[in-house]
Amino acid sequence: MIKVENKLFQNRYKVDAGHPHISIKNPDICQNDCKSMACTVCCPAGCYTEEGNGKIVLITDGCLECGTCRIICSEHRNVDWEYPRGGYGILFKFG
Amino acid sequence: MEKFDAIVVGAGPSGNAAAYTLAKAGLKVLQIERGEYPGSKNVQGAILYSDALERIIPDFRDDAPLERHIVEQRMWVLDDESYVGSTYRSAEFNREPYNRYTIIRAQFDKWFSKKVQDAGALLICETTISDLILDGNRVIGVQADREGGAIYADIVILADGVNSLLAKKAGFHPELDAKDVALAVKEIHFLPQETIESRFNIGEDEGVVIEMVGKITKGMMGTGFLYTNKESITLGVGCMLSDFKQQKTTPYALLEEMKAHPAIKPLIAGGEMKEYTGHLIPEGGYKAIPKIYGDGWLMVGDAAMFVNAVHREGSNLAMTSGRLAAETVIALKEQGKFMTEANLALYREKLDESFLMKDLKKYKEMPGILHKSPQFFTTYPELINKAAHSMLTVDGVDKKTKEREIRRNFVGKRSLFGLMGDAFKMWRAFE
Repeated sequence: MIKVENKLFQNRYKVDAGHPHISIKNPDICQNDCKSMACTVCCPAGCYTEEGNGKIVLITDGCLECGTCRIICSEHRNVDWEYPRGGYGILFKFG
Repeated sequence: MEKFDAIVVGAGPSGNAAAYTLAKAGLKVLQIERGEYPGSKNVQGAILYSDALERIIPDFRDDAPLERHIVEQRMWVLDDESYVGSTYRSAEFNREPYNRYTIIRAQFDKWFSKKVQDAGALLICETTISDLILDGNRVIGVQADREGGAIYADIVILADGVNSLLAKKAGFHPELDAKDVALAVKEIHFLPQETIESRFNIGEDEGVVIEMVGKITKGMMGTGFLYTNKESITLGVGCMLSDFKQQKTTPYALLEEMKAHPAIKPLIAGGEMKEYTGHLIPEGGYKAIPKIYGDGWLMVGDAAMFVNAVHREGSNLAMTSGRLAAETVIALKEQGKFMTEANLALYREKLDESFLMKDLKKYKEMPGILHKSPQFFTTYPELINKAAHSMLTVDGVDKKTKEREIRRNFVGKRSLFGLMGDAFKMWRAFE
């Protein structure tokens, strides 16, 4: 099992504590209506995890701000996605 | 209330090209970037194509942070443990002026931005634009995420990248479709300069590009790449998001498996990984280009889907569109014309006349064909590798028998009609 945390550890972030820039609009939809849970597979930073009971937990601290989760959640449109406030979020050293 | 001639949202290649060109012409330009510094939010492979930048800053080679000029291009078709490849290397690529370079975007974008500011544009960083300010259907300014954040201009140039939330919020764009974007992940590995030069058989400042297709994408429509920088190697893999969605391999697991491939592993051995990035690439092609101008606004670069996926070109299209957008605004200003949708149609005319739209138009059928033809990413790479293995293994079997076996494999996997159909499809797509 590849641990994405080991990769993210190399990155620089300025976390906007208490102000996540992405949120799940309605957690019940993830738990009850979504079969694919593609966010748990496709997010390149592994921000989405499924807790076993179908509940999706989102932690945006390692987010690479790519936009994948917003676009793949096309059936339910259940991801509220904004850019972090100016200056916050990922800070690419090399890009 | 302070008003600008133009506001440029974003400080990537397209935004910088636009802001630079406008400022050079004497316009009052404000550029807004959400990152701590230009480049801190930007991701690319990255290859810089000289021509597009030369048309904006002819003497860029004097001080731009360039890594290596490319002297050799390899194309690999990979099976699980092997690859069949072709290489093009030429001494001509070693003669100045060089045609393309590897770059590190965080450094390059910072350099480009300095040029923009020297030309007279005002840059504000660490500021996210939350909305466009509209008067009816006309864009009259932008709303920044800080107090008193309303700023006005005659024209707003959207250079806000692939996600372009601003265009979506204003209703200019529908949400992106997963079939029109690729998700790419990559890492940068640091190695001593001499190690890179001996490993790739290159001299100081010379570079190699490897483009890959085959089993590394596990049947998904996508490609891998490896680029040599001065003291580092960038490598990554990207696949269409619609394909990623249909399977269970994470992007980082895909990257790990690619790095473990017997042909790739020794190239990065001993390196120190210093950054992991993920990024969307708009690869929908000509048919996926959205509305790119309207009353009071123009759209450039990734936001406008300006990527030639077949030739792995993007930053040159970004810079070219940024420059053409700026030239459009300059021309209208000179003629005393307003920034109306009808007048801004000049931007589309300029794009149509350039290589940018001509190339995208040429390959307009390609994304559709490839989406329907996973065999190009799995079956063929496997068959080609098996054929090479068979012909290159000396085992007492005569060559005619081997040829028959290879032919049987191809027909067995794809059928004669399938093979002919695929050849026809490719001919049409490249025609």
